[in-house]
Parts: sequence; C-alpha cells; structure tokens
Amino acid sequence: MRFGVVRFPGSCDERDAQLAAARVGEAELLWHADPDLHGVDAVIVPGGFSYGDYLRVGAIARFAPAMASVLDFAREGGPVLGICNGFQILCEAGLLPGALLPNTSLRFVCRQVEVEVVNPDTAFTRACARGDRLSIPVKHTTGRFYSPEPVPEEQVVLRYADGHNPNGSQDDIAGVSNPEGNVLGLMPHPEHAVDPLTGSADGLKLFESLDRALVA
Amino acid sequence: MTAPSLPDQTARAVELGLTRDEYTRLVDRLGREPGDVELAMFSLMWSEHCGYKHSRKLLRTLPTEGPRLVLGPGENAGAVDVGGGMAVAFKVESHNHPSAVEPFQGAATGVGGILRDVFAVGARPIAVLDSLRFGEPHSERSRYLFEGAVAGIGHYGNSIGVPTVGGEVYFEAPYEANCLVNAMCVGLASQERLIRSAAAGPGNVLVLMGASTGRDGIGGASVLASAELGERDQAKRPSVQIGDPFAESELLECCLDLLDRDLLVALQDLGAAGLTSSSSEMAAKGGVGVDVDVARVPLRESDMAPWEIMISESQERMLCVVMPEQLAAVLAVCEHWQVPATPIGEVTDSGRLRVLDGGPVVADVPVEVLVDDCPLYDLAPAAPDAPLYPPPERTLHSTDPGETLVALLGSPNLASRLPVFEQYDPIVQSRTVRRPAQADAAVLLLDPAAGDGPAIAMAIDGNGRRVACDPRRGAAEAVYECAANLAAAGAEPLGLTNCLNFGNPEKPHVAWQLEQAVAGLAEACCELDVPVVGGNVSLYNESPDGPIYPSPIVGMVGELPEASRAGRLDFHREGDAIALVGDFRPSLAGSELAKLRGEPLAPIPAPAPAAIRTAHAAVRDAVRQGRVRSAHDVAEGGVAVALAECALAGRIGAEVDLPTTNAQRPTPHELLFGEALGSAFVVSGDAAELQRIGIVIGRVGGDSLRIAVGGVRALERSLEELGHAFAAGLARLFSH
Repeated sequence: MRFGVVRFPGSCDERDAQLAAARVGEAELLWHADPDLHGVDAVIVPGGFSYGDYLRVGAIARFAPAMASVLDFAREGGPVLGICNGFQILCEAGLLPGALLPNTSLRFVCRQVEVEVVNPDTAFTRACARGDRLSIPVKHTTGRFYSPEPVPEEQVVLRYADGHNPNGSQDDIAGVSNPEGNVLGLMPHPEHAVDPLTGSADGLKLFESLDRALVA
Repeated sequence: MTAPSLPDQTARAVELGLTRDEYTRLVDRLGREPGDVELAMFSLMWSEHCGYKHSRKLLRTLPTEGPRLVLGPGENAGAVDVGGGMAVAFKVESHNHPSAVEPFQGAATGVGGILRDVFAVGARPIAVLDSLRFGEPHSERSRYLFEGAVAGIGHYGNSIGVPTVGGEVYFEAPYEANCLVNAMCVGLASQERLIRSAAAGPGNVLVLMGASTGRDGIGGASVLASAELGERDQAKRPSVQIGDPFAESELLECCLDLLDRDLLVALQDLGAAGLTSSSSEMAAKGGVGVDVDVARVPLRESDMAPWEIMISESQERMLCVVMPEQLAAVLAVCEHWQVPATPIGEVTDSGRLRVLDGGPVVADVPVEVLVDDCPLYDLAPAAPDAPLYPPPERTLHSTDPGETLVALLGSPNLASRLPVFEQYDPIVQSRTVRRPAQADAAVLLLDPAAGDGPAIAMAIDGNGRRVACDPRRGAAEAVYECAANLAAAGAEPLGLTNCLNFGNPEKPHVAWQLEQAVAGLAEACCELDVPVVGGNVSLYNESPDGPIYPSPIVGMVGELPEASRAGRLDFHREGDAIALVGDFRPSLAGSELAKLRGEPLAPIPAPAPAAIRTAHAAVRDAVRQGRVRSAHDVAEGGVAVALAECALAGRIGAEVDLPTTNAQRPTPHELLFGEALGSAFVVSGDAAELQRIGIVIGRVGGDSLRIAVGGVRALERSLEELGHAFAAGLARLFSH
C-alpha cells in the first residue's frame, strides 16, 4: 500500500499525514507542480493553508498540475482523502458536494472533538462500525459545512457527536464522500489522532480502512 | 560622494531619535557630517532597540556559560545540545509597541520575526509560546488589544504550520497604554547544520531572499520601539509592518533546503532596521565590509529613496552570503520554492558598509562605527522613596474562603486560558505530547517518527506585579517558577532566554528596577545552573501615566528522557493521595488575593534557592520514574487554586486538610491563597510514594473540593460551581 501526500505551497500538515500513513503502509510526498502521481495507491490532500488561503480557501490549489492528475485518479476509482484544507480543495475541485464557510464564531478553533461514523461502507471507514465514536482534533477557521441541496444520506460519512459541532456545520456534518465512496473529505484531522502518546489513536482507523479497501 | 547634507542635519537627527550628543559623537567618528542615507542608518543602529544603549552593560552580568551550550548570545538565537547530534535553538523577543498601535499585525509580525530568528541559525521552528500583558479588562481598549493580539498570533503561527504550545496572559492597570506582546520560538536542528551570521570571503555574493521591499515599517525600531508611547500613536500605524505567513512558510522551507544542500556561507534575517542592520551586523561579525546596491533591491513601490530601502522593515526577507560558484544553484533552489532571490551586493575587505544606488555611492561608513560605536550609557539607578504604582482597584470584599476561591478562579489572571489556547494550533508537526492546560509545561517529541523517546519541555513565565513588589526577588522568582513548570513535566532545564520589558531607563527608578531585576535573574540562573542563551530588551514601555510593571519574561527549555512519562496536572484516580512538596512559606504580599482586595504592593519574601532546588529535583525524579500520577506547581492563587486546577482538569474532586505546624504560623488565608512562586507542588499518587517526597494532605475523590485548615473546614465548593467561574473568566472578554 503506497500513499501519496500532495504538498502545495502553504501546506502545513503534509508531513503529519505522511507519518500517519506510514503507520499502515509506505508514504511519500507528491509535489504540486508535478502531474506525475508516481503510481501511488491512494492520495491524501493534506491540511494547511495552501497558497495562504488567498482568494478563497482551496480555490488556487485546485488548479495545481498535480490536482488535474488527482481528479483523473479519483474518477478512475482511486481512493482520495481530503483533510481540512484538503477537503476545501476537493470541494473547490467539484469532487465533493457542498462548500466550507467560515466558522460561526468567525475564529480559528482547535479542539479535540468526537465524531460518529454514520457510513462505514466507504473506502475510508471500512475498519469502523456504524455508530463508532472517534476522538479526533479539529483546527480551522473555515470549516462550517454547507450545501444548498441536502447531501444524500449515504454520502454523509462522519457527523460531529451531540454537542461537539465546533463550527456550525449543517446537520453536524464532519465528513462527506462522493457518490461512489472513493473520495472522502473531512474537517477533523485523523492524522493527528494516530498515537495515544499525542492524544488519541482513533484516526488511525481511516488509514487502516484504506489499506483494507485496497486489499479487499 | 555622499548626498549633500541639509543645513540643519542636527535637527533632522533629533527628529529621527538621536540626541544632540549622539549626533556630535557620530560626526566625530565619521570625521564629517553624515549624508541622508547614513543618518537614517545611524538613527536606527544607534537606537535603543538595535543598540541596547541602556542595557548592554547589564546584560554582560548574566551567566552565559554551560556544558550544553552550543550557540550563545549574539547569534540570531541561542542553542543547547539535546543529544543525538541535535540542538534546540530558541529565543524570546518583544513586539510591544507595534502591538499597542495595531494589535493584530503587531502580534502576527512578532511571531514572524522570532520564527526567522530561529531558522536563521538553521533550525526548523517546532514551537511558539507567547507572553501577553494588557490593562484591566474593564477597559474597552484592553479587550480590543487582547483580542487582536491573540488573533494575530494565531493567524501567523497556525498558517505557517508551527504549533503554539503555550503562553500566559495577565491583565494589570499599568499595561493599559503599553501592552506587552512577547513571542518565543523553539527550533530543532542537527548540530552540524547550525549556521552563524558572520559574513566571510571577500568576493562572495549577498543575496536578498523573500518578499519585495516596501514602505512598511519605516523607522519601526527608532520611532516605535525606542520612545514612549503618546497620544498621537494612531499616526504611527504606517510604522507597523504587515505580515504574510504564506510568504514566510516558503522562505522557511527554502532556507532550510539551502542549508541541507550546504550552499550558504552565512544567513541572517531582516528584522529591525532591515537591510542596514542585517548587512552591517553580518559584516561586523565577520570583520569584513559589504557593498549593497539598492538599485537591485526588488521594490513594491518604484519611487522609494535609497534611505527608505535601507531601513524598510518589510517582513519575510532574509539575507545570505553565497560563494559566486554556488550562486546559480542557490537561485535554482529559490526558484523551486517560488521565493524571489536577488544578488544585491558583495562582501569586501574594506571594513566599510557602502551603499550604492546603481552607480553613485550614497553611503560609505565604517561597519564598526555603525555596529559597535553606539554609545553605551551607565544607568543612574535610584530606589524610589514612594510607591511607584497605585494600589490595584478592589474587586473582592468577601472574606469567606469559598467565595474567595470562586472569585480567584474567575479572575482574569487566573481563569481558564482555554478560550485563548483554542485559537491556536498546538499539534501540527505531530510532536506535542502535552498540550496547553494538560501540564505545567508543553512537552514535545524530538523525533515524532520514532514515537516514545527523548522529549523537550518548555514554558514561559513572568509576573510583573511581583517584580514591581521587589524587582530582585520577583525576577529571581520568575526563573524559579519557570523551572518549576518544567520540573512538574519531568524536565530538567537546559537554557533560558529572557525579554526585559521595562519603562524609560533614563528615569532613575526604572533604571533601579532594571538593575535589580537583572541581578535577580543572574542569581537564580546561577542557583539553578542554567545559562542564558540570548534574549531581547524592550524599554520605554511608558506612557504619561507612568511605566509598566517591570516585566522580565523568562522562557526555558528542558529535557526529559521519556515522553510517555511526561507529567500532567490533572487528578485522575479516585482514592489517590494528594501531597504538598517543597518548603512552602506562603505570603499574601503581592498575591492575586492581595490584588483582588486592592491592597498596595508590598515586598514579597525572598526565595530560598536550596529548598527550591531540592523540591524541583524531587518532583522531576518522581515524575520521570512514574512515582506520581499528577504534578502541578503552586503558583498564583496559592494551594487552594492549585488544587482546584488539578481537580477541574481531571473532573474529579478532592478532600484536603492543610497542616498548620509551620513555625511561621500562617493564617488560614495565607495557607489557602498565599504565594511563593516556584517553591512548591501539589502531586497525587500512592500515599507510600508521596510520603517520600512531601506531606500527604488529602485524597482525590468526589465531585467537590473540600479544604480544611488544621482540621477545621475552611471551604467546600462543587466542581460545577468552580468550573463555571473558571471557564467564564476569560471567555466573557471576547466580543462574541
């Protein structure tokens, strides 16, 4: 299992994602200007502030040469995980429904939250059971999920547990997938929940699911 | 050769911040009147901020030697050996005056500046901590500054991917006009990659990297940082720099990449006084000269004059020295990171800083006059014969211990810092084993890929009101308190950085505060055997209402062998015993309770270094060996507040009986709320273990905090009530 983590100018959590993925497989960094995805089995679009969040979060990164290849990869069924800024980029790229708006507090918020797995039948949640609660941190200013059309229930993969919605997201949505289930975007940072030493290991299940998805 | 001088160059010099005597000295050293560019450069380099005119002599009295020291004061940041061929570089710096004028950008660029100081020595920044001081929160201006500064720190640190792992904030009336924003950065490097800033090799090329140069921050160091603030400070807003963390993140990666490829001779950040200070200081350290051609500097505004280009404080710029044969490779690496880079000059053997504007030479001065001939002043200290500060406003009238505890926990200086910490990212880079509010110090893994293993701990401290009570004891206490925070996490201090924030040093009582505080710092560093690796001085923090509280801020980095054993502050096992460790001699003088009661500042007791060392070692060892389950130092608010913090963090109550056997015969209020910072700890664990290091005073359990003094019940409060007060104290200060 080989993961590729796309690194943009202004990415912050790319090494964290690489470290997390390396716990279940091999992981390498991919360069935004290079359209070659180096034959990886799964792509992670990491968190951070690509292009300084200028213009609009994720709006510039979607035009990076590497992203054109990620789009093709996703359309062919390749697993793609967008975390935080990666989620924003995938929404901008049209791979996922909805958009991320500024938090209702209008402030950056970093908090350990609990999310509930509502759909365990995706490439990323296969190692979970429906209703599992995962303790994973969020950290963002622009994380309020919004969709003018209701998101089909099978595409809602993760919800903030009762009382844990940190940003005012519609219907407590924390993560959504494409209809095929091979692309997932989420605001919480599973790569920062892979070891009890640094807080929690619950996020590791998403990476393990990817591994299992490929083997299956 | 030089631009013609104006008829009254002296008046211009005074306008730029030099004194008449300093101008005379300058003319004497140059042997002629300075030209416009030269005068602009000298006004900055001879300012208090760059020249340390009033503090340099005192700073020489601080201990700066130690077996683990790798880089000492004088470099962009100091560094200590953390084993395995690695070094930790760190420094704290102020950005007070810009933040008082424009809090968001002032604080943001304070973080940006200290990050550059750390990667300028070749270290990757792995943590930021900050220390903030504002006026009392009933002032709208204080709340505005507080909110803006916190947002600015978060904006820069969060966006650049460096975790903000700790910090502290206090609200006191003397900071009303002069808020303090001190930022500390900690970086990690292999020792062989550490690089110095000394220019070398005549013929080598000077390359300016990063952002283009604009008119922002013109005269920041002289106009803003080296004079008292007054009423017309809004007019100084253009002197505040604007930060761009995105540009800095690319610059950071680019510089570290260049160092990994061994392509640089020297590296220096552009901070106060911009190109002038960076080029001349690199030349001075290498004993060489430099030529800088301002016509080659990329500009934001095409009509900038040479003097503006030389002193602009535009952010996100670095200067490096490159061998000519490496230039193409350096520019290629910069291109990869999309970092603009331009050769703007070269190293010479002239010993002079020459500024060219295309062809013409517009400045030509000996480097040593610019950098080393800045006048150094002796202070004229005099202890004040009347109190310098009015008593704080009284806000607490009750004497009931329970009500007092609730009031203390809800007071702005002691309430939960979570509403601030939640605005920062403390976990990026996957090193953070102890986040803010989980332990007394932040704990970070040295190698996140390896998992559990060696770690470093860090904290920042400084209680200005207690320093105002007694500058010498208060400053020493700040060092002990910071070391106590490290001890509670299981860490042993390796080095210390400090930022000395004071009023106008030309005033005898401020000079006295400064001299006493530095003596106290030196004393405590010697007692703990911790070297000062570097720091910063911020003077003239004074308004028409008087000086700020004397505020030496102390940042410390320590080491611990096993991250998984790092201390935590929360009680977490029902039935655990609770013990008090240390020779605790609490006093209400200078305490938070005295403040709430509106009492005048009174001398605080002298710290007892030998007992402090013993207590720190006992707690540190116990934490490292897993012989305690929690450890928390007894700080502001005394034992009662410390116990409440442990209980609230663990969401489990406690029952405690404080013994009154002490020969001092303290009163119940002294025992409950008295302070002696850095001297004592509250720990929990098995009674048999705790008895070896302290006095068992109670037991963890229940859903309330119950404290007796000498067997007599003093207070009982539910965790719910305490938690509500603790959570609301700071949260209510934010605008929405």
